[in-house]
Amino acid sequence: MTRWSDVLILGGGPAGLSAARELRKLGVKQVTLLEREHELGGIPRHCGHTGYGLREFGKLYTGPDYARRLADEAAEADLRPRMTALKIEPGGLVRATGPGGMEDLQAKAVLLAFGARETPRSARLISGTRPFGVMNTGALQQYVYLHGRCPFERPVVVGSELVSFSTLLTLKHAGIKPLAMIEEQPRIIARHPGEWIARLGFGVPLMTNTRLVRILGQDRVEGIEVDRGFGPEHFDCDGVILTGKFRPEAALIAASHVEIDPGSNGPAIDGYFRCSDHTYFAAGNVLRGIETAGQCWREGKAAAHMLLARLESRLPQRQADARVAIQGPLQYVYPQRIYRDAPTTNPLLFKARVSRPARGRLSVIVDGATVWSRRLSALPERRIDWQLPYKNMKNCQQVTVEFDAA
Amino acid sequence: MAGMEPLLLEAAADILNGASKGNSALLHTGFDALERSVEISCMQAGYREYMEIKDRLNLPLIESGALVVAWDEEQLAKLPGIVEKAHRNNVPDVTQIDRNALRKREPFLSARGLGAVLVPGEHVIDPWSAPLAYAHQGLAHGGRILRRCRVTGGNFDDRRWRLQTSLGEIDAGVVINAAGNHGDIVEAINRESPFAITPRKGQFVVFDKPASKLIHAIILPVPTERTKGVVVCRTAFGNLLVGPTAEDQTDRDSAEVDQAALAQLIDKGIEIVPGLSRHTINASYAGLRPATQFKDYQISVQGPRRWITIGGIRSTGLTSALGIAQMVGQAFAETFGEMREQEPIWTPVPNLAEDRPRHYLTPAAGDIVCHCEWVTRKEIDAALEGPLPAGDLGGLKRRTRCMMGRCQGFYCAANVATLADGRFAP
Repeated sequence: MTRWSDVLILGGGPAGLSAARELRKLGVKQVTLLEREHELGGIPRHCGHTGYGLREFGKLYTGPDYARRLADEAAEADLRPRMTALKIEPGGLVRATGPGGMEDLQAKAVLLAFGARETPRSARLISGTRPFGVMNTGALQQYVYLHGRCPFERPVVVGSELVSFSTLLTLKHAGIKPLAMIEEQPRIIARHPGEWIARLGFGVPLMTNTRLVRILGQDRVEGIEVDRGFGPEHFDCDGVILTGKFRPEAALIAASHVEIDPGSNGPAIDGYFRCSDHTYFAAGNVLRGIETAGQCWREGKAAAHMLLARLESRLPQRQADARVAIQGPLQYVYPQRIYRDAPTTNPLLFKARVSRPARGRLSVIVDGATVWSRRLSALPERRIDWQLPYKNMKNCQQVTVEFDAA
Repeated sequence: MAGMEPLLLEAAADILNGASKGNSALLHTGFDALERSVEISCMQAGYREYMEIKDRLNLPLIESGALVVAWDEEQLAKLPGIVEKAHRNNVPDVTQIDRNALRKREPFLSARGLGAVLVPGEHVIDPWSAPLAYAHQGLAHGGRILRRCRVTGGNFDDRRWRLQTSLGEIDAGVVINAAGNHGDIVEAINRESPFAITPRKGQFVVFDKPASKLIHAIILPVPTERTKGVVVCRTAFGNLLVGPTAEDQTDRDSAEVDQAALAQLIDKGIEIVPGLSRHTINASYAGLRPATQFKDYQISVQGPRRWITIGGIRSTGLTSALGIAQMVGQAFAETFGEMREQEPIWTPVPNLAEDRPRHYLTPAAGDIVCHCEWVTRKEIDAALEGPLPAGDLGGLKRRTRCMMGRCQGFYCAANVATLADGRFAP
């Protein structure tokens, strides 16, 4: 049996729930959302501290309260937790499983909003033994906020992105003071409020230019070695929290026919949030590393308008007018494909990230002419975004984003 | 050990925690093994028995075949010798294929491949479910397993052994030393060990599942004197594996991964299968193999001492395990008296292999806990119950694959910890 809907949304975090809410507000009747966890809300579910929702709902929420508000706001859609998408197939056919067994779902348009997760120890290629007590913030927060337990007492926090400071708040909630926070770059990655939290500090020493080189311990973490530029130094600790370095949770896409951008590791999209298979759209953190829940919420909302345009056959069906080429130390730029047609009054929004710390000039070159540029000093995990009016894309055949950096 | 009351002592919190933990999970034909060795006869007997019993124990077989690929002229010149050796080793279906045939079989392999030896019988299996199934069968036949029981010494009174262990004294009619990386230390309880173990570390990287589409066969290098070299192969769990390194060390328990070595393995993998550069790493691990100063296994029966030695079982042990058991069982019977024949009790294990239906695909699968490996709550519950429940988190992971996927526990670690709380077997 195949279940039909107008729009099927895969992922019940801020982007997916925001899109579900907006689609229903736009009058789309059958909006179905699948979420594999028991609770809707995505990552905010387990960020027990405050800092969410001010721009969306005019009020500050804790992560779990924000997650509930997101779900409440989307309640007019068919929200289905405990449903795991297993396979996405051409033309909007999705195979899923849940408490009722296997199911096929078919929609006129599908939004991929799988979110992102941090890079685990294995993919960071960290030397040493593999004891218990090495984990990402996501796992730690679930331990602390969802299960009321903490797996260690004197951990080291690795990284200094926004999520790293979320980790400090999580540890504080658990009554734990980490030994140190270490960052391999010469400066903190996070913009505010990270720096303020660090300065207010909870008395946690923050060491920049410090690289984790080795994990020690048999059954449990017993210590680490770090390198601050003058050889390995030993620290005793009982846990290592590897924060940040988020990457898209895009395995289902990678296993499908839908094109992945090897730079972002997420699906390649056009200016309409549309994937290489025009039935599929993508929004939120599945497109990149990570941005705030609020950003994902806004993006889900914007994607909803494009999904509606699809249902109303207002999006071009031809091949894209241009593929974005990148030059210089850029990890990715999206959208990866450009059309010159503007389906809404919104300008074309670009997002990018650098592949190494660099300073220089970032430019957009359309058919040989520089239509936009600005000075840029960036770190790899920091977001870069800019907007261009669609008129800049008039007759575009070649679009290059160039980062002329030292 | 049919008809006996065998007791298996394991020092670690769970079985498969030492030399058996980090291997390349291949079922070998013995085509390139040491000729006329104990190893090859055990491997080939083990291979045959695995094929006979795998269905009844619900064990997988990924019929990949293997290709020994020559990357330069010098290696190409060695291929006929490899084919001849395979034929001498009684693996008659081994043939040499040319560059075009190689391209046709493995279109994503680097175009630098000049030719290959095709070994149709080399396959991929599940490194943990197989021994786990054997253990379950042993238990069903009246055997017992004591975990967290380290043997520290022993005395022989010409009739029976009294072993000192971390769980107290244990009395035994016959002792079989299969202590892996500690084999020579345990052997010293009986005699001056005729072999010395130098643990040989092998590091591996595991690529995410989409990468497994890039190759079909097990890609082997032309071997050197010292090692079989770096292998690229699929895993039973649907990943792609690159490894091992071969590094001698003195520590018998601690196998560290090393950033530079892992990075080299990734580079090597990309050199062999260029498309791997677009794929991500799920896991890395290191295993210790009990290498000795000898090339062959060290298996012997000391009748008067009522002691059997099974030492120096290298990376081929997964294949040869059943063959070693046959050989030792026969020697046991000849030396210590007949064993009663029993009708085997079949103890199938849950399937973890990707090529056959996993539990999450069954109608009443219920909730999925690990979203990367699609492990259900029922599978986790089952692994914490039964005759040989998981002894620690590693044992649970090996029994179910939970936390073994691309997120390495980002999503499920806390859920798994709560499910397993207080339930690991003592």
